Amino acid sequence: MSSTIQNIYFRSDQAKAYTLLSPALILVILAMAAPMIVMIFTSFNTQISMIEIDRTFTTGRYEDFFSKPIFSMLLFRSVKISFFVTLLTLLTTYPLAYYIAFYVKKNKMLWIVLMTLPFWTSYLLRVFSWRVILGNKGVINSALMGTGMIDEPLGFLLYNQAAVIITLSHAWAAFAILPLYVSLDKIDKSLLEASYDLGNTKFETFWRVTFPLSLPGVIGAILIIFIPTVGDYVTPQLVGGTDGRMLSNMIQSLFGRANNFPLGAASAVLMLTTVCLIAALVTYITKKVSMRMS
Amino acid sequence: MSTKNYIKIKNLSKSFGDVEVLKNINLEVEEGEFFSLLGPSGCGKTTLLRILAGFEYPSEGEVFFDDTNVTSLPPNLRPSNMVFQNYAIFPHINVQRNIEFGLRKENLSKAEMGERVENALKMVQLEGYENRYSNQLSGGQRQRIALARALVKQPKVLLLDEPLGALDKKLREEMQIELRNLQKSLGITFIFVTHDQEEAMTMSDRIAVMDEGNILQVSPPREIYHNPKNKFVSQFIGNINILDADLKSVSNENLSIEVDSFGSMQLKNYQQIIENDKINIAIRPEEITISKISDSNYDYNFQGNVKNISFYGESTYYYVLLNNSEKILMVSKNETKEPFSENDNCFVNFNSNNVKIIKD
Repeated sequence: MSSTIQNIYFRSDQAKAYTLLSPALILVILAMAAPMIVMIFTSFNTQISMIEIDRTFTTGRYEDFFSKPIFSMLLFRSVKISFFVTLLTLLTTYPLAYYIAFYVKKNKMLWIVLMTLPFWTSYLLRVFSWRVILGNKGVINSALMGTGMIDEPLGFLLYNQAAVIITLSHAWAAFAILPLYVSLDKIDKSLLEASYDLGNTKFETFWRVTFPLSLPGVIGAILIIFIPTVGDYVTPQLVGGTDGRMLSNMIQSLFGRANNFPLGAASAVLMLTTVCLIAALVTYITKKVSMRMS
Repeated sequence: MSTKNYIKIKNLSKSFGDVEVLKNINLEVEEGEFFSLLGPSGCGKTTLLRILAGFEYPSEGEVFFDDTNVTSLPPNLRPSNMVFQNYAIFPHINVQRNIEFGLRKENLSKAEMGERVENALKMVQLEGYENRYSNQLSGGQRQRIALARALVKQPKVLLLDEPLGALDKKLREEMQIELRNLQKSLGITFIFVTHDQEEAMTMSDRIAVMDEGNILQVSPPREIYHNPKNKFVSQFIGNINILDADLKSVSNENLSIEVDSFGSMQLKNYQQIIENDKINIAIRPEEITISKISDSNYDYNFQGNVKNISFYGESTYYYVLLNNSEKILMVSKNETKEPFSENDNCFVNFNSNNVKIIKD
């Protein structure tokens, strides 16, 4: 009996694959799928007192979400901030990745490691360091005041959406560099030469060959930055002020002081849906556009 | 064929760091010529091609296309197009768009563009492949698309970097003939880089044999085969027996030499050998005959013993150890009904006019 089972196991590639996957699979089920299901169920319930939740099915929380403009406004702001974070990160990291992939001849790995070096410190520390840089007594203000260029600290540097965008872009840059670098480094250099040879300038070659071929990396970078930053609540809390508050801060308080788990869950579900839709749309549009360009 | 020199390369050198990969190259290629750069890997042939394409700039010297100095012209402004060794078909666009890729700048109408692409595909016999992608094509098909993509630009010069290297033998031989026919019908100059001497021989009008950054000889295939200028060329092209020779006496017409396996020989001095030159003699295997008994029709006969036999179908190679020395001679013979066997005693015979004199 056991020998037949063994036999089946060794003959089946699928069985072997599942065995290898099982630790990760169990973790994902317990830590992701299960909480997600609980959250979706909770979003259809009603909080009736501090500790009591009415478990009867209702879509009331979703109606609450859409009837109070603050929620939609915060969701829109979350998406907007993440959009600019993604854009800024791409604009700053793409040239770096391009440089390493095409111009660095040796020790490429060293360059990559050096660029990701700042990201070995804690996320929180990096967010705080931006407070140190942007704050009233921070590096920029003291430098400007020290040189006499301004008399009072520039208040607009910190506690607004721009501060959130700068801080988040910096915090996620390392995650963008890696997929961009990998996709650029993979491009066969003779394709670029073929493009020059066929009459294109370097600039045209970039848009007709290099960029379309790096799209998997670009899409990867977009998703890797956009998805987590929409839900970030630490950075807006520390550097965002009231102007920089995002939907995630609202969700956090609904599960905390505001104590409305079902409404928090409904907000989270709606945010998740929005992110998924945008991610799918981005992937689709980028592919279409790249086909057009070349 | 016109004899106008389309490409002129003057005193060209190229170094990468301390390594000089091309040393004072001077070369002229005629318009409409099928010209091959032949040499072992690392001889500089690909670098020379890349300089012609504009991907590399020479450290010294100049390149002219049709009397215009193009030395510092970037690849996109040169009247040349290239077929890459790995074909470099753009993977993100289909065959149609690959072929159109170089035409976008030429302001063609949609109909003209379509016609050019269609003709190009017809030329390489791949009609109906417009919507395929690179990963849906075989090696030979990719090779044809690369060819079509370059030729659709109607270049003055087509540069080919070992384009047949990745194909299997049968397909390679077909493509050799096709390429040659294509070149003849289009009448444009082909510069063909290869390390395969057979390929160069079958296709080219002229061949430049290169080694270590130098051009050793530029001649038509037959001339290179029958009259190699030095030892390297003679050994690189075809099989050959090379023997050391000592110069005994020399005049304008005649040479008297001593070869340690053959004894003294009298030869015509067709290579302008002068006193104190170091020379070798060489004989092609097919210019030696092998027989059971000494054949008095030939100037030289030596007794030997068959050591090894390689059968190639249309011919057989015998490796014959000469009795009076340690030297093994390579002899090829058309396949007959009475072949020799290993360890057979035999005679090898050849005429003095088949003995080539080669400077060291």
